[in-house]
Amino acid sequence: MASKSKKTVADAVKQLEKVQDQYETLQILNEEGEVINEAAMPELSDERLQELMKRMVYTRILDQRSISLNRQGRLGFYAPTAGQEASQLGSQFALEKEDFILPGYRDVPQLIWHGLPLHQAFLFSRGHFKGNQIPEGVNVISPQIIIGAQYIQAAGVALGMKKRGAKSVAITYTGDGGASQGDFYEGINFAGAFKAPAIFIVQNNRFAISTPVEKQSAAKTIAQKAVAAGIPGVQVDGMDPLAVYAAVSDARERAVNGEGPTLIETLTYRYGPHTMAGDDPTRYRTTDLDNEWEKKDPLVRFRKFLEKKGLWNEEMENEVIETAKEDIKEAIKKADDTPKQKVTDLMEIMYEEMPNHLQEQYEIYKEKESK
Amino acid sequence: MAQMTMIQAITDALRTELRNDPNVLVFGEDVGVNGGVFRATEGLQKEFGEERVFDTPLAESGIGGLAIGLALQGYRPAMEIQFFGFVYEVMDSISGQMARMRYRSGGRYTSPITIRSPFGGGVHTPEMHADSLEGLMAQQPGVKVVIPSTPYDAKGLLISSIRDNDPVIFLEHMKLYRSFRQEVPEEEYTIPLGKAEVKREGSDLTIVTYGAMVHESLKAAEELEKEGQSVEVIDLRTIMPLDIDTIIASVEKTGRAMVVQEAQRQAGMAAHIIAEINERAILSLEAPVLRVAAPDTVFPFSQAESVWLPNYKDVIETAKKVLEF
Repeated sequence: MASKSKKTVADAVKQLEKVQDQYETLQILNEEGEVINEAAMPELSDERLQELMKRMVYTRILDQRSISLNRQGRLGFYAPTAGQEASQLGSQFALEKEDFILPGYRDVPQLIWHGLPLHQAFLFSRGHFKGNQIPEGVNVISPQIIIGAQYIQAAGVALGMKKRGAKSVAITYTGDGGASQGDFYEGINFAGAFKAPAIFIVQNNRFAISTPVEKQSAAKTIAQKAVAAGIPGVQVDGMDPLAVYAAVSDARERAVNGEGPTLIETLTYRYGPHTMAGDDPTRYRTTDLDNEWEKKDPLVRFRKFLEKKGLWNEEMENEVIETAKEDIKEAIKKADDTPKQKVTDLMEIMYEEMPNHLQEQYEIYKEKESK
Repeated sequence: MAQMTMIQAITDALRTELRNDPNVLVFGEDVGVNGGVFRATEGLQKEFGEERVFDTPLAESGIGGLAIGLALQGYRPAMEIQFFGFVYEVMDSISGQMARMRYRSGGRYTSPITIRSPFGGGVHTPEMHADSLEGLMAQQPGVKVVIPSTPYDAKGLLISSIRDNDPVIFLEHMKLYRSFRQEVPEEEYTIPLGKAEVKREGSDLTIVTYGAMVHESLKAAEELEKEGQSVEVIDLRTIMPLDIDTIIASVEKTGRAMVVQEAQRQAGMAAHIIAEINERAILSLEAPVLRVAAPDTVFPFSQAESVWLPNYKDVIETAKKVLEF
């Protein structure tokens, strides 16, 4: 009847606000290294806390040296990591050896701390197949260049673990731009539908090359995208190693208990360019924004936190720095000593059994290589 | 031996491998309780359980990723893409990922994945169901592409495909699913991948073909025989890698050749096969190698299939051009 007052349909705007409000940022350490959320504090021994700091310092040095080696032409493709240590290493620190990492192209540090030898990481950067020959027992795959592909593959790895009855998880990483890909949605949705033990991390460093996160989506958080898959989503301060560790530990526990996947958004920042292939962040980022995020440096706050507990000092830090520099020098040398690739090498790794057409080409190249 | 249609032979091959190897997993859209939209997986979930034969969400890319991930955990996935026209959704998982897995990891990881998918015209399907896209796949190093034309070949080739430790794309022509029966052994047997078969021997002309065009070519050969022409028909069975030896031996014997495909002239495998013949047997050729292929338009609206799809009459017409050159 026209005279009847129109029945109120769902208040769509209110619903959206309600959803977005569910994603508050989990933080444990503030910028001053003070614990502001005692209840969420993860149980970590003094030695483990020191180990996490060592890894973060080591990785900061690795980034500085990698940029420098890249500029000297001694490394190839390199995506800087400075600023993301808490996000990358706090999350890897919560894993067990049995867990499988499917990294994006910026996620080399996680692989190294999961067992990939440093010289192989350098060979990956240079473009040598031996860099990707992951040692047996190290459960990682080489960095994925196709943004989003690692997400759908992680759903498969996790389902495989579930089918085997393994108490392990598949963990994968993408960036804020990557959350716009179809494979991002399919990956989290498949893992949800199969209740597979996967942890999906989005490292939101606010920029996909030059495109700010606001241009990726109207969604207020990336964590809320988990709602589309019907899985839990968490937003954490990605500059806070303890918050990242706590969120990933929590997700891991749910996963190995058969409760399915979790999406974790880490709010972080890359201090350097997108990659070393000519990207210039001053074209799209302001100094104010850079300064604002430098105050949030995960190393600074974790250093303060540990110093207050008497667990860290300058001497310890310098020792880590020296070790890192030595290791890097040695690894680069080892990479230098790796034999050059031949076309016949590339042919040999194509198939288990070389098909006739490739066999024919193999003979031709073998002849060329013998001259 | 049992009389089987091609679809029954496919189900039989899947059953054989599900029994043989606990790592074999069959999954895709509606392949579980429903038994597949063409009944290719009929009864398999009932026999092997939901852990081995299961449905997925409706997302081809996700299915490809699932297969890659399961393979990384030691499984042997036999995934299905409901119609091969939907392959565009999963091109990255196939060509960008699983085809490269062994190479990009220097042999550390592999993708022993079989992708089953129906294609092919003549049955009035809606848009994007029947397109012949095997040419796209054959251009990607790292995959093998298999297209059977008989129930016997389908079973032996599918068992070989599943056992292969590299990715295989197994394309099933919809028109051949139930068009005829053939004696198929009930026990397991394999047919090597990359090996063509001479389906009919002849001495005047070689026809190289695959898929539904094998039967059109055989029919044409019969007609031509009535006119005194002896035509050899080679069914490639695997289009990548090509069985060059069988093709060249035949061309050297007959001195004349043509390639017959259902795909558009600018697609498919014909151009590649002709190039190989030109490089390897030009001195044996009495005439240029001609092609039978579809027009270079989008796959036809279903009512136009009969005037668009190549058939035995086109084969006869082109064969005469080659024979009378």
